[in-house]
Amino acid sequence: MDFALSKKHLLLQDLYTKFATNEVKPRAAEVDEEESFPHDTVAKLGRYGFMGIPVAKAYGGAGADNLAYAMAVEALSKVCATTGVIVSAHTSLCVAPIMENGTAEQKEKYLRKLATGEWVGAFGLTEAGAGTDAAGQQTTAVPDGDNYILNGTKLFITNADAAHVYIIIAMTDKAKGTRGCSAFIVEKDFPGFSVGKKEKKMGIRGSATCELIMRDCIVPKENLLGKEGQGFKLAMQTLDGGRVGIAAQAVGIAQGAIDITVNYVKERMQFGKRISQFQNTQFELADMQTKADAARLLCHRAAFFEDKKKPFASHAAMAKLFASEAASDITRRCLQLHGGYGYSREYAIERMMRDAKITEIYEGTSEVQKMVIASHMKVN
Amino acid sequence: MKIIVCIKQVPNTNEVKLDQQTGTLIREGVPSIINPDDLAGIEAALAIKDSLGAHITVVSMGPPQADIALREALAMGCDAACLITDRAFAGADTWATSSTLAGAAQLLGYDLIITGRQAIDGDTAQVGPQMAEHLGIAHIPYAEDIKADGEKIIVTRQFEDRYQLLQAHYPVLVTALSELNQPRYMSVGGVVDAYDQKEVRLLTYADLETFVPVENIGLKGSPTRVKKSFTKSPKGKGELHQVSEDEAVEIIIQKLKGHLIL
Repeated sequence: MDFALSKKHLLLQDLYTKFATNEVKPRAAEVDEEESFPHDTVAKLGRYGFMGIPVAKAYGGAGADNLAYAMAVEALSKVCATTGVIVSAHTSLCVAPIMENGTAEQKEKYLRKLATGEWVGAFGLTEAGAGTDAAGQQTTAVPDGDNYILNGTKLFITNADAAHVYIIIAMTDKAKGTRGCSAFIVEKDFPGFSVGKKEKKMGIRGSATCELIMRDCIVPKENLLGKEGQGFKLAMQTLDGGRVGIAAQAVGIAQGAIDITVNYVKERMQFGKRISQFQNTQFELADMQTKADAARLLCHRAAFFEDKKKPFASHAAMAKLFASEAASDITRRCLQLHGGYGYSREYAIERMMRDAKITEIYEGTSEVQKMVIASHMKVN
Repeated sequence: MKIIVCIKQVPNTNEVKLDQQTGTLIREGVPSIINPDDLAGIEAALAIKDSLGAHITVVSMGPPQADIALREALAMGCDAACLITDRAFAGADTWATSSTLAGAAQLLGYDLIITGRQAIDGDTAQVGPQMAEHLGIAHIPYAEDIKADGEKIIVTRQFEDRYQLLQAHYPVLVTALSELNQPRYMSVGGVVDAYDQKEVRLLTYADLETFVPVENIGLKGSPTRVKKSFTKSPKGKGELHQVSEDEAVEIIIQKLKGHLIL
């Protein structure tokens, strides 16, 4: 048992911190305010290997592990949760399922461009009537010669507007329920595919969350990902990995909030004292840092088991459940320590509190995580 | 082309503490970085590698913990790394350091050597030029721009009030200024390679003795003697005036006149 990071991971942390501080942090307020996808930052992320962290070198990736990936998402999210989720959705929800389930041809064709950031990836499972009840898929895929014809609409898709490649879940056999779902690699230029309405969101406002619309969308048969009928299982496994990324994002938001609050309370004077000198401030921050550390440990444990190729679904669910709720709680309490200034858009804590909330909802709500954990506990 | 880049790991602060007994720096507990001018040297070498192709060996003389500075250089894209580390080299001044580094350069082979202008913990700016003298090669210090081709290098050499454009054929040594370029980040894959694929080769005196006589290394090979080290203390207390800009100008003029500067 060793809680210390390896020298390699420490040097990665050094790189992540430098990159996040110099390249991501200065853009964070603007990305939020203008709801603009940071294309230029993503290009730089690609250049320095952030878009393919767990991808093998043979496919243009960095050849690092999932712990290294989680640490990157945390470091980016510490200063800009939008940038954190762009990398997380791209890596966990598009790159990873191709890595795990793709044919040699699919990996060669898609992984290289995704891992270098030339292409951005996204994932389409959620529909208007299929949120937590993901099995209620209405999108259909019907074989037609060398192709499948896809029809349906996906909702709340992260990276939608900026992506080139989408993993789309659709029903190939409605009679079989979840065993009738299949996964497809869909390119944005495929006939019949379009990106729909952009959501106006409370937080992570730069991340381009939109509808995906497929109207008689023609997808070549070689773009079936995995086997027909295994799409639901593939989606659930994909989300297990995704939850490590979102847990890391939540840890990043929480730690970022604590860090700026520590700086703030050391400067803010009330009653002739720095407010950091009040025991209430100290106890609040001590409590929050303990929570953030616990969240990080759960996140690293999930990444560790994922790297060891051991079952990690419940570990990932616990990490995401705890980290996301910690992020919401911590950002709210940090804003309280900022007082009136915290409610102003002049200060980043206001953005962080808005950004934190989504981590309790996407890639499985807190309630879904509890369902996963309880099922692993065999409580039913 | 074979390029050697010499780097030094330095404390990331001007607030270094001195060991009053020996007059040397206490490095423990102070975060370390690659010396900024040296980082520019690495970037200059990588830029040449990008355009012409080159094999870059980054070299540092220092304690074992300098390993991380060399790994950082590898993670930026350098090809090989050597750490010159041996008790025999301890206490070296610039003469002994440059003798040792020159020995390593002879061992490794080179067309171009790039060093930083000076280290932020010593500020002598002597090691690079001394290396060139030991090796008997040309050197161009204070490079603010470097253009290289397969046969020669053209360097813009900075002075306070002008610059020189100097050309030299290889082998040559150049000292880099931090304003030469904007160093690239490490890459994620580069860090992975720095630990999983590449190694830091350790050089001890036994590896260099063919090239460097023992009387030129370490404390004994250092002609410099530290008489006294101290932190400068302010000569008087500062004055704080909260006044308008015009009043401030007037106060400053009167002060300068009072000290017969104006």
